[in-house]
Amino acid sequence: MARNLVPFLVLLFWISICQAASIFQPISDSHRNAALELFRPTAGVFGSLEETHEALRTFDILGIQEKPDISAATCKSVSEALGSSAALKDLFYALRVNDVLKCEIKEEVYESITSRLRTVLNDARSLLDFYYSIGSLLHLKEQSSGVDLSLKDADVIFQSIKALSQSDGRWRYSSNNPESSTYAAGLALEALAGVVSLASSDIDQNMIGTVKNDILKLFDSIEKYDDGALYFEEKVIDAYEHHGPLATTSSVVRGLTAFTAATSGSLNLPGDTIFGLAKFFLGIGIPGDAKDLFNQIDSLARLETNRVSIPLILSLPATVLSLTKEDQLKVRVNTVLGSVAPPLTVKIVRAFLSGSKETSVIEGQELKYYPQTGLHILDAFPKTFDVGNYVFVFEIALHDSEHLDIYATGGQIQVPIYISGVVKIENAEIAVLDSDLGSIETQKKLDLVGESAISLAANHLQKLRLSFQLTTPQGHGFMPHQAFLKLRHESGVEHTFVVKGSGKKFEIILDFLGLVEKFFYLSGRYDIQLTVGDAIMENSFLRAIGHIDLDLPEAPEKAPRPPPQPVDPYTRYGPKAEITHIFRAPEKRPAKELSLIFLGLTFLPFLVFLVGLLRMGVNLKNFPTSTVPATFAFLFHLGIAAVILLYTFFWLKLDLFTTLKALGILGVFLVFVGHRTLSHLASTSAKLKSA
Amino acid sequence: MARSTSKDAQALFQSLRSAYAATPTTLKIIDLYVMYAVFTALIQVAYMVIIGSFPFNSFLSGVLSCIGTAVLAVCLRIQVNKENKEFKDLAPERAFADFVLCNLVLHLVIINFLG
Repeated sequence: MARNLVPFLVLLFWISICQAASIFQPISDSHRNAALELFRPTAGVFGSLEETHEALRTFDILGIQEKPDISAATCKSVSEALGSSAALKDLFYALRVNDVLKCEIKEEVYESITSRLRTVLNDARSLLDFYYSIGSLLHLKEQSSGVDLSLKDADVIFQSIKALSQSDGRWRYSSNNPESSTYAAGLALEALAGVVSLASSDIDQNMIGTVKNDILKLFDSIEKYDDGALYFEEKVIDAYEHHGPLATTSSVVRGLTAFTAATSGSLNLPGDTIFGLAKFFLGIGIPGDAKDLFNQIDSLARLETNRVSIPLILSLPATVLSLTKEDQLKVRVNTVLGSVAPPLTVKIVRAFLSGSKETSVIEGQELKYYPQTGLHILDAFPKTFDVGNYVFVFEIALHDSEHLDIYATGGQIQVPIYISGVVKIENAEIAVLDSDLGSIETQKKLDLVGESAISLAANHLQKLRLSFQLTTPQGHGFMPHQAFLKLRHESGVEHTFVVKGSGKKFEIILDFLGLVEKFFYLSGRYDIQLTVGDAIMENSFLRAIGHIDLDLPEAPEKAPRPPPQPVDPYTRYGPKAEITHIFRAPEKRPAKELSLIFLGLTFLPFLVFLVGLLRMGVNLKNFPTSTVPATFAFLFHLGIAAVILLYTFFWLKLDLFTTLKALGILGVFLVFVGHRTLSHLASTSAKLKSA
Repeated sequence: MARSTSKDAQALFQSLRSAYAATPTTLKIIDLYVMYAVFTALIQVAYMVIIGSFPFNSFLSGVLSCIGTAVLAVCLRIQVNKENKEFKDLAPERAFADFVLCNLVLHLVIINFLG
């Protein structure tokens, strides 16, 4: 159980951290580190000009100084893209990269690009053609002073882009593609903004008005998360090119901010919508993908300077505050990118214990602003303030009434805050009681703060009583999440009991008579462990407080057996038991002399054989005398000797295959000479007979 | 009765000896060879009985080699014997060649089994 308890405590803390993270933190150094991690050039260049632009733009917004040096190699590819008739998209991104890197490009190049872009613009039918060519012209305007870039037929272009729009505020990629897309709407708005700023004469305000209406219609289709984050999602999955919610929302934000920046007059979009968009981008945290990071950072940067309303983000450095250490409640208000907010006051509208919404602990308290640190601080909690899980409701009040139109504060912001403290543990004692009379047999004080090792003894007719008191720093009773008593037998069998409490006092009485069966009649030493824990209790503990020797009756025959103890999973990775191989014991050998004697004995019949031969007067007179048969006879005997020698070698070292090969050759030889010899002998004996 | 038995036995042995003396020398050599092989086998069996059968495959090959060659020699004797009309047409050299060949094959197996 204790093994399960520790991860559970960790989980509790993790949940508390997670909840704290659901209030949105502005962009911080971790984003800068992530940017350097995600945008990493290989051999002095990023993959494509588009990636280069995303990297440079992200570094620029985040203010990263020590960015990788890519200018030399990248300028080369920029001037290549500008000099040739590269794709429109590459031209567009080359100009955007050049915006940052300021590569040396000749004026003639700009002039030729301008004329090319003008022809493209005149024949343009698809939204992307408009988007890239107008975007390129806009960047040319910034980079080259000598070329005239104003659009004389701006009205016509404006209308041809507008002609691609749909009634719900979304756009089509081209007139022959009926599917409309939210992502395309962002591109179109950006292109329209470009047309407005490039136009030589003012665009008809009616047309701008209808586009603004389109924007409002587009925002009707915005989606909402539970935490108030707002985002756009592409409805048509198999559209021209599918984009996720982040890319889609990012595109709309780019279009919206560009369009509102280029046109005059206000857009009737509520500040909370912009605030919701900011929440969406901040709620992502730190994306793991370079494209996502760019979309997030770029959108936030555009929201930071947009003309509709600038979101202000309220964040807390810490949402777990210790009452014992007298931590102060600190609140920071920044823009999304983390820069300083205008003069404002943060007010705690109310604070209540989560679960009891009606009773406010704090109401209408203003936080004090410290300009040095940029923090709004509640100097001290009220005297009666106690530990607990609170929900604080903050509100931002801008000092300057003009700012009310510029900034979006998000109204009332609810933040869960954990107020932790040291809980006093008192009157802890453990006692063994006699069951029938209830009189105290032994009683011991427990020191639950320091180490204690009590030892008790009890039998099945007695009871164990453990009691202690928990009081909060304010002297109220404290009810922790966990209060467990655990008894663990020597054999590893564990029993966990919940210590119940009322008010301050916690008490558990274990009547061993009723527990014998549960204890599997296991007598012996039980270690006692007490666990008291809570997320807001700073001195949560899990402590062995000693042991008790239980004397339980013998188990009856049908008593349940204790369950087998689970094997410690870590032993699986430990060293394995050594394997010893038992070989068959060698046979008992006789004495060497004895064997040698028998070897000699086996030679005895051979000797007798030889002697017998001599006694019989055996001779070799029959051996052929003439040269040729004698040679054959000699070779025959030599052949037999060779075969026997081969067998000896086979016995000593050769294998069967080698032996059989050699035997084949020898056999043929032997058959030949044997046949000659024996036929000679046969003919001689036949002659002898006939003679 | 007992005396007559021993006398009979002596007479029997003498008649046997005299009859055996008439046997050709070649057959006597083969007989001697068979005796040699059988006694070698017996000594090995005695070793097994007195001391033990380890290594058993060596024991088997030793004994079987002796028994095998003895059997082959007996076969040779049957074929070579002139009295034996059955093998009248078979040349003794041919029989000897069989004997040599069979012995070589037998001992190839024996050596293979010896270990």
